[in-house]
Amino acid sequence: MTRNTIKLALLSTALTATGAMAQDVTLTIESWRNDDLVLWQDKIIPAFEAEHPGIKVNFTPSAPAEYNAVLNSKLDAGSAGDIITCRPFDASLALFEAGHLADLDDMDAMSNFSDVAKSAWQTDDGAATFCVPMASVIHGFIYNKDAFAELGVDVPNTEDEFFAVLEAFKEDGTYIPMAMGTNDQWEAATMGYNNIGPNYWKGEEGRRALIAGEQKLTDAAWTAPYATLAKWGDYLGDGYEAQTYPDSQNLFTLGRAAIYPAGSWEISGFNAQADFEMGAFKPPVQNAGDTCYISDHTDIGIGMNAATDNPEAAKTFLAWVGSPEFAVIFGNALPGFFPLSKEPVELSDPLAKEIVGWRGECESTIRSTYQILSRGTPNLENETWGASVAAIKGTSSPEELGAELQTGLASWYEPQQ
Amino acid sequence: MQRARTRWHIAVFLAPAVLVYTAIMIFPLFNTLRLALYSKVDQERIYVGLDNFRTLFFDPFWSEQFWNALGNNFWFFIVHMLVQNPIGVALAAILSHPRLRFAALYRSAIFIPTILSFVIVGFAWKLILSPIWGIAPSMLDFVGLKSLFSPWLGKEEYALTTLALISVWQFVGIPMMLIYAALLSIPEEIIEAGEVDGITGISAFWKIKLPLILPSIGIISILTFVGNFNAFDLIYAAQGALAGPDFSTDILGTFMYRTFFGFQLQLGDPHMGSAIASGMFAIILLGVCIYLFGIQTRMRRYQM
Repeated sequence: MTRNTIKLALLSTALTATGAMAQDVTLTIESWRNDDLVLWQDKIIPAFEAEHPGIKVNFTPSAPAEYNAVLNSKLDAGSAGDIITCRPFDASLALFEAGHLADLDDMDAMSNFSDVAKSAWQTDDGAATFCVPMASVIHGFIYNKDAFAELGVDVPNTEDEFFAVLEAFKEDGTYIPMAMGTNDQWEAATMGYNNIGPNYWKGEEGRRALIAGEQKLTDAAWTAPYATLAKWGDYLGDGYEAQTYPDSQNLFTLGRAAIYPAGSWEISGFNAQADFEMGAFKPPVQNAGDTCYISDHTDIGIGMNAATDNPEAAKTFLAWVGSPEFAVIFGNALPGFFPLSKEPVELSDPLAKEIVGWRGECESTIRSTYQILSRGTPNLENETWGASVAAIKGTSSPEELGAELQTGLASWYEPQQ
Repeated sequence: MQRARTRWHIAVFLAPAVLVYTAIMIFPLFNTLRLALYSKVDQERIYVGLDNFRTLFFDPFWSEQFWNALGNNFWFFIVHMLVQNPIGVALAAILSHPRLRFAALYRSAIFIPTILSFVIVGFAWKLILSPIWGIAPSMLDFVGLKSLFSPWLGKEEYALTTLALISVWQFVGIPMMLIYAALLSIPEEIIEAGEVDGITGISAFWKIKLPLILPSIGIISILTFVGNFNAFDLIYAAQGALAGPDFSTDILGTFMYRTFFGFQLQLGDPHMGSAIASGMFAIILLGVCIYLFGIQTRMRRYQM
């Protein structure tokens, strides 16, 4: 009799325990956006949890530079979170092919996104989509409006005007004309080469031709941006060779530099730091009246760990991320990360609004090295970092750089052989 | 009539150390060597024999990076041997001088950087040398030598030497301490006997003390060699995994890290990474063997 009572007691505790677990599912999100921790905790997660009682969400970011390595190790070890923030293109494609990311094609929320938006997280044939597109970033230049007013210079539209403005700042000497360093290397490629480049290779047209093997990196359209970058070196301020990315951000927000070659992700940080008015201009075109092209790069998606214990809750969360409601919260909470949903989102931040407005005036493209072309060894994206730095420092000529990159790409990429 | 008893206590006392060492050192080491013989093709791990090494040494893209990293590593080591160890010996000789005041203070001050984390050292020196906020340019300006300043960490020709000197600054305390201990163990009688024979001051150091501390210098050299060829932290903390500018500070450790774990869009390749790690292991093993069999066995030891 006593024994039975004990059994019953044990059984009932076991039942209540499992009952409690079923009620409170906790989803863990892996991400590299540690800058956004507060926004997720204060705005995004509470909004989701209010609508979906019983699902708790934990946002656990790691450092951007280590994210891919950390995530891969965690996935292999089976200790990764339920929700995976997806890098665009091959990093996530490799995860999908290794069976770490679940196929999300059957989700209704996917119809909220255009094919271009989804292309960053699809198999090459477009048969399977494995991440919900979350945001893109747009490249351009952010400038100090006070400094421009002080010198009485106008926002440049063409390249000649752009260099005239830089020259004016250099002559005046109060401001460093442009805040960028080459120490960390990636800025030179991302904010330099891929920022101004689309105007030369005509955006998607050139990018697709390169992937198809119809254009080569030695073509004028691909080497000319290096020639332009070579002219930047004179305007970057003393010791730019050892200037790091945070150095450049601080130089600009402290008001010591006039122009900052930017990605739109800087907006929220700059809004918090800078006490002067900022404006933005798009990459200058070569001749007045040319069609302009901008890098509107699909940057963040979000997918589901195929090995998750809570697939239903994870899908509920992903469906919510794909909804217009999330787009509004996210777009306004993180000005500078522009939602990719088909319906345009009304943004309140003036700088973000100005930048996202370029989508209507210019042709959008993505960074040239990201899709397919960085799949092999040597890795074209990483090579482009070094090449852009060499161009700015003037250690190699644009033609040499083009030839070097072309040799590297052709060594493994068949359409270029 | 007593039977020889099995000496269980030996095994019991050895077990913890052997087990822990096997689990965290020996097994990973051999597994890394094994991993270098495989490759991943279509999600399958397949045995490829020495293919990874063939790629590493004969594929122009890989071999260029490998030899560049190895060359940089040797330069890193040479700077340490030429700067760190002589300075360490000199400091120890000065510190062991009986009439030096505040010797304990100097000793601690010089040794403290050794216990700092690489991240702190890398970050602090990056700030000191920063052309924008650093104190190095303003200090040079103060003595009128501003023209000598350049953004050393950002220039291909200076970056590696600068980092090597930062590392020297951090670790000069180790040879100093070891030599200091060796100098203190030299009996007073020998020095006095020398004085009687007319060997004093500087020549006492060259003719009596230096021969007696040579074995310690040998040990320091081999520690420097192993430490330098395993180095990674300082370069990674100061210059990142791409070891810029233009791979001029790339050493075997950063090359291995980048290959093994991947970087930015480059996916990690544990098999090529293991091949590089095996190469590092072989180089260090070779260096240590040369020292052990070529130098240490021939070194003269004196009874003190």
